[in-house]
Amino acid sequence: MHTSIFANHKNKSIVEIIAHIIFVVCALVAVMAVFAITAYMIINGSPALFKVGIKEILFNTKWAPAAAEPHFGILYVILTSIIGTFAAILLGVPVALLTAVFLAEVAPKKLADIVRPAVTLLAGIPSVIYGLLGILILNPLMYKLEKAVFAGSSTHQYTGGSNMLSAILVLAIMILPTVINISESALHAVPDHLRSASLALGASKIETIFKVVIPAAKSGIISAIVLGVGRAIGEAMAITLVSGSSVNAPLPFNSVRFLTTAIVSEMGYASGLHRQVLFTIGLVLFVFIMIINLVLTGILKEKEED
Amino acid sequence: MKKNKLMTVLMAATVAAGLLTGCGSNAADTTADAAATDASADAATDEATDAATDAATDEAADAATTDTNADLSGSIAMAGSTSMEKLANAVAEAFMEKYPGVSVTAEFTGSSAGIESLEGGSVDIGNSSRSLKDEEKAAGCVENIVAIDGIAVVLDPANTVTDLTQDQLVQIYKGEVTNWKDLGGSDEPIVVVGREAGSGTRGAFEELLGLEDACQYANELDSTGAVIAKVASTPGAIGYASLDAVDDTIIAAKLNGVEPTEENIKAGSYILSRPFVMATMGEVSAQSEPVQALFDYLKSDEGKQLIQSVGLITVD
Repeated sequence: MHTSIFANHKNKSIVEIIAHIIFVVCALVAVMAVFAITAYMIINGSPALFKVGIKEILFNTKWAPAAAEPHFGILYVILTSIIGTFAAILLGVPVALLTAVFLAEVAPKKLADIVRPAVTLLAGIPSVIYGLLGILILNPLMYKLEKAVFAGSSTHQYTGGSNMLSAILVLAIMILPTVINISESALHAVPDHLRSASLALGASKIETIFKVVIPAAKSGIISAIVLGVGRAIGEAMAITLVSGSSVNAPLPFNSVRFLTTAIVSEMGYASGLHRQVLFTIGLVLFVFIMIINLVLTGILKEKEED
Repeated sequence: MKKNKLMTVLMAATVAAGLLTGCGSNAADTTADAAATDASADAATDEATDAATDAATDEAADAATTDTNADLSGSIAMAGSTSMEKLANAVAEAFMEKYPGVSVTAEFTGSSAGIESLEGGSVDIGNSSRSLKDEEKAAGCVENIVAIDGIAVVLDPANTVTDLTQDQLVQIYKGEVTNWKDLGGSDEPIVVVGREAGSGTRGAFEELLGLEDACQYANELDSTGAVIAKVASTPGAIGYASLDAVDDTIIAAKLNGVEPTEENIKAGSYILSRPFVMATMGEVSAQSEPVQALFDYLKSDEGKQLIQSVGLITVD
């Protein structure tokens, strides 16, 4: 018996067309969002660039947006974001990579079963919690260190422990799960015959890991690092609580402001040109993130070609 | 195969139906709202025509609001200063209890953002913890001062210096004095905590002390609570915050020997105080009935008690 609910070919093709349209619309939502955000950032972020001057914004170090004679130099803010992210990567990646090696290659199954959920849990902790712990634990310790380092100094401005170093430490911990998870997958993806061949040639397990497995998983590990950079440069909530949020040169014991925290901390009360410049900072951040994504896409493409 | 296709089509149809229903109900809501607005506008116009004069209309409106608490319905949206959060929430709660038909929503986006929302027409009242700027007044915003707030200078609880002169305060914030021992305290570095640029509290603090653009902050935090928390947990820290945010985790310093109390602020002997403004687009008398009722409420004894209960000072 013919059970189709469609009486004839015409009805059927209409339904097909409608279904097709719905799918296309759904697919367009994400694309539209990206285009809308890009357009919005450029439309809102660029006017201030021309009003204040590109050089004055990007290469000036004085940030006094609400002053009678306002200055909108964000060079220190940009440098803080770059150096802070770089330092967090420098601290976090070795730890993360070795954890990934431990999980993928070395750990007995029982131990791995404890470590892996812990890493997953670390990824799920909201960033504001990192920030709060930073305030309660890290900042007082940092203040003790600061007092010890600058004992007798008359020129140093004491920050009470809210400084670049605290922010870097928090960021380094926050990128751990991203880098660990992706590196571990990359290590798992290395074919076993490479390990067997290396071991058969007389290499020890550690030699095999460092000379064979890690080089073979190189592109996966690099994309893990790039994603970690993305996470670090885009983080705001945790570091706004621990970094002190004054615009200063990015030195370890200075209170500093990142691109993200510059937007977050002043958006509430900003008006006029000040507000527009905050959008410009958003645009700069957006460009950074775009560059990171392009690099990532490049790496992934290379990997496919390999 | 056929079954699969059938499923696909059914799902597609469900989605389509969902979309249509969504649109449909929204449209219905909008129409209903529009109808309601029209109706009230009509009623208002009729009343105005009957009463013939503006004054009479005002009286009529007043009478209507006092007589019929329960009948007054509508909504009031306010947005603005985070410093005014306590006041706005308390007013919203008490007002909604008195006028069950009115819903009051308050958002805390910052003084400038609140005035911007008011100018954009998305809220009825823009809360600002500073006087309105000339450009804001030029845009039609009217400054209604509902309360006065004192700014307290807060110190960490272990600090032995609890009385500062205005000059000392200025020197601390300019970075000229960097250790408490220079002010007669213990040998402890001063950690200068403040608010971010654009904050109403910072604007008021710097203006009142003549410190505009001259402060050397070691920490610029973006909320009153963060300042209190940082000062409370950092030895040698100094900060500033709304008087009503002062709690026993910190010390509120005397200035020129004057304690930051209500009497002293009213008497004018305490140097750090600022207005809390509930700005409206045009005069209060030109606002919707619920908004007028809100301002009447704030002026009533009940309202004044409320303002005092959140640690603020009434205007008259």
